[in-house]
Amino acid sequence: MLTYLIRRLILVLPVALGVSIICFLLVQIAPGDPLTAIMPVDATAEEQDAMRAAYGLDKPLPVQYAIWIGNLIQGDMGRSIATGRPVAGEVFGAVKNSLLLAVSAAVIAFPIGTALGFLAGYFRDTWVDRAVTAVSIAGVSVPNYWLGIVLVIIFSVNLSWLPSMGAGPGGSQDWSWDWLHMRHLVLPAVTLAVVPIGIVARTVRALAGDILNQDFVDALYAKGMSRFDVLRHVARNAAATALSVMGLQLGYLLGGSILIETVFNWPGSGFLLSNAIFQRDLPLLQGTILVLALFFVAMNLIVDVVQAAIDPRIQRT
Amino acid sequence: MSKLGKGLGALVTAAAMVCGSLAQAQGVLRVGMTASDIPLTTGQTDQGGEGMRFMGYTVYDSLIEWDLTSADKPSGLIPGLATEWSVGEDHLTWTFKLRDGVTFHDGSAFTAENVVWNFDKLLDDASEQYDSRQSAQGKSRIPAVASYEAIDDLTLTITTKEPDATLPYQLAWILMSSKANWEALDKDWEKVAMTPSGTGPWKLQDFVPRERAVLVPNDAYWDATRIPQLDEMILIPLPEPNARAAALMSGQVDWIEAPAPDTIPAMQGNGFAISSNAYPHNWTWHLSRLEGSPWNDIRVRKAANMAIDRESMMPLLGGLMVPAKGFLPPSSQWFGHPTFDPSYDLDAAKALMAEAGYGPDNHLMVKALISPSGSGQMLPLPMNEFVQQSLAEVYIDVEFMVVEWNQMINLWRAGAADEAVDGAQSINFTYFIQDPFTGLIRHLDQNLIAPNGTNWGHYQDPEMQALLEQIKTTFDPAEQTAVLQKTHEKYVNDALFLFVTHDVAPRAMSPKVKGFVQAQNWYQNFSSITIDE
Repeated sequence: MLTYLIRRLILVLPVALGVSIICFLLVQIAPGDPLTAIMPVDATAEEQDAMRAAYGLDKPLPVQYAIWIGNLIQGDMGRSIATGRPVAGEVFGAVKNSLLLAVSAAVIAFPIGTALGFLAGYFRDTWVDRAVTAVSIAGVSVPNYWLGIVLVIIFSVNLSWLPSMGAGPGGSQDWSWDWLHMRHLVLPAVTLAVVPIGIVARTVRALAGDILNQDFVDALYAKGMSRFDVLRHVARNAAATALSVMGLQLGYLLGGSILIETVFNWPGSGFLLSNAIFQRDLPLLQGTILVLALFFVAMNLIVDVVQAAIDPRIQRT
Repeated sequence: MSKLGKGLGALVTAAAMVCGSLAQAQGVLRVGMTASDIPLTTGQTDQGGEGMRFMGYTVYDSLIEWDLTSADKPSGLIPGLATEWSVGEDHLTWTFKLRDGVTFHDGSAFTAENVVWNFDKLLDDASEQYDSRQSAQGKSRIPAVASYEAIDDLTLTITTKEPDATLPYQLAWILMSSKANWEALDKDWEKVAMTPSGTGPWKLQDFVPRERAVLVPNDAYWDATRIPQLDEMILIPLPEPNARAAALMSGQVDWIEAPAPDTIPAMQGNGFAISSNAYPHNWTWHLSRLEGSPWNDIRVRKAANMAIDRESMMPLLGGLMVPAKGFLPPSSQWFGHPTFDPSYDLDAAKALMAEAGYGPDNHLMVKALISPSGSGQMLPLPMNEFVQQSLAEVYIDVEFMVVEWNQMINLWRAGAADEAVDGAQSINFTYFIQDPFTGLIRHLDQNLIAPNGTNWGHYQDPEMQALLEQIKTTFDPAEQTAVLQKTHEKYVNDALFLFVTHDVAPRAMSPKVKGFVQAQNWYQNFSSITIDE
């Protein structure tokens, strides 16, 4: 297990290097100019050239990449062109907020998705199964930014029960676990949870249905085991695959919430990424994508390790 | 003074203090801005007009400022930190008398030395206080400035590179930050960003990047009529229009900038107020005048202008537009009396097209650069489709080249002759047209042909060039206004642009917001506002 873990950790390095090259090149390919964010639109060509040189944007791309990666290795992610603030502070502050949102959505989605999936798998081909299937297909299909807007109209605008935007009265820096702040989390977390509810429910339904049809289940019943104990065995068997799906979903929740964070003005990595894209803020864009990609790699690693830990059949050497 | 007198005096003073504090206890205004971040706080702001509006003329002052007191007339320049100014006989050396007794928020005194220090901050990259971020925003605003000198604490001279009567307008861009504050914060602009110090009517109390900034009144402000009535003004970046509308309607903010037109009926139905006013902004097609461009024919230009039924475009924008009669809004002090009226007249437009050789069997094909969104672009896609359909009525077939806003700015800077423009003969751009340079000079000056400047269409005309030079060399304000009017008359009479509409800077606010006067300007005065709890 330890060897496996070390090998996987070493493999992260070339993956990270590949990710850094891809994200550096991707943001360079996009048309546009980062100077647009920091200069008046009618600044003269001479002034633009001077500013381009000041930010090192006049250097050849390989040189720019070498400088960036060199600084990165030393822990310096550079400064945002648009704001002048250190990229590391901007990205990690935003990722922290996104993590808060993603974990909240996961706390809502994973138990509900698992419960619905089990119900559907256990009562396969009954009305319960059909109802759960309908719910999960709807969850996966409904555009979540649209759902977010609808929830805002109902619960914020019409009923005035919950706030429609932001991370609390004092902003994310003043976050605390009281209702005054947590109420800001409810609508975005619920909206973000809808897709993973559908995906987890569909996965668990398929797993539970398959396992319940296996011979060992009949053997367990034949031994006189209670229905609850049998289901515990089924859950254990389904856990490894379900966990891997949940792990990937958590990665998607963290990196894939651009629209939700925009609709709810949530100060997370998606919101940061969206602004960086529109402003062509290359250092910020590269830093955010890199951190999110590495988070995804880390999630995969954790899921693999946890899978191996809970299911001895998954032997990795 | 008798004991009774002293007692009464103390009572009156105490009562005045209580009343004063009660008078100032006028609530908190929460503003949803369209910007995605809090504008740069160190002095020279970023985020365009919105940055100057909320973080510029609130926390800082300039030597010369815009008069924001009236909704009924176009804004003019008024004394700010300079009380008077004049130009010498050489028409190069300007002398400024500075306001006495002004202090920065940190308590340090404002003097001529401070102004010199601020100019160096923007223009002298060898100076200790040079800040590339502020320089990027401010340097291009004062192209006339050659040198500057503090004569004494309250006297400053500025020498220009050539005679330039637009210098006062240029100086209205330049905001004064505190040298003492910068020194106290280890000469570190990043630290200054968190605790800036200006001389403006508001002080920045708290600042969370990308989330909020809290401004509080500067009770010691030098202009007693502009001491804020509110307890606080909180600025919240809300770039997504639906999120802004929802935030207002759910009571999380009291004021939003630029509500989407389709949300306005719902807001009005729920008792929210919509404030708007004419201001120096336009929505045009800037035309290519390169050889071979179909827009070189004045008959085609006039016909295109007369083909647009601007009144019918109004419902598209919820009525929030001023139909264009020229390049400047009709209410502008520089509008003049043009003889060409670009109002909708389909028959006259068709006749002009026929005269130019176009008709039902011989359509004119043009290519137009447009963007799907962008700062100040209003609703570019439906509006351009409206223009496209209107021009089709006079046999002008428009092919759109749609590019994202950031790239659009690059293509605008590159000019009509650039390869990246791919032969497009017009660009749909909205312009800040508040002063003589941004309003008239920069678009058509032959010395500013792109990429050296922003004469996108490569326009050259000796008569126009002479007028543009005359604007800079006419130092008497009334005479300069006459030249500006004559210049604009030529803009319109020669139909040099496709004049479509002017924005009216709509903002939606809770009925609790009282006392706001929307000036005909990009910037606004927030000091008169109160919240009716």
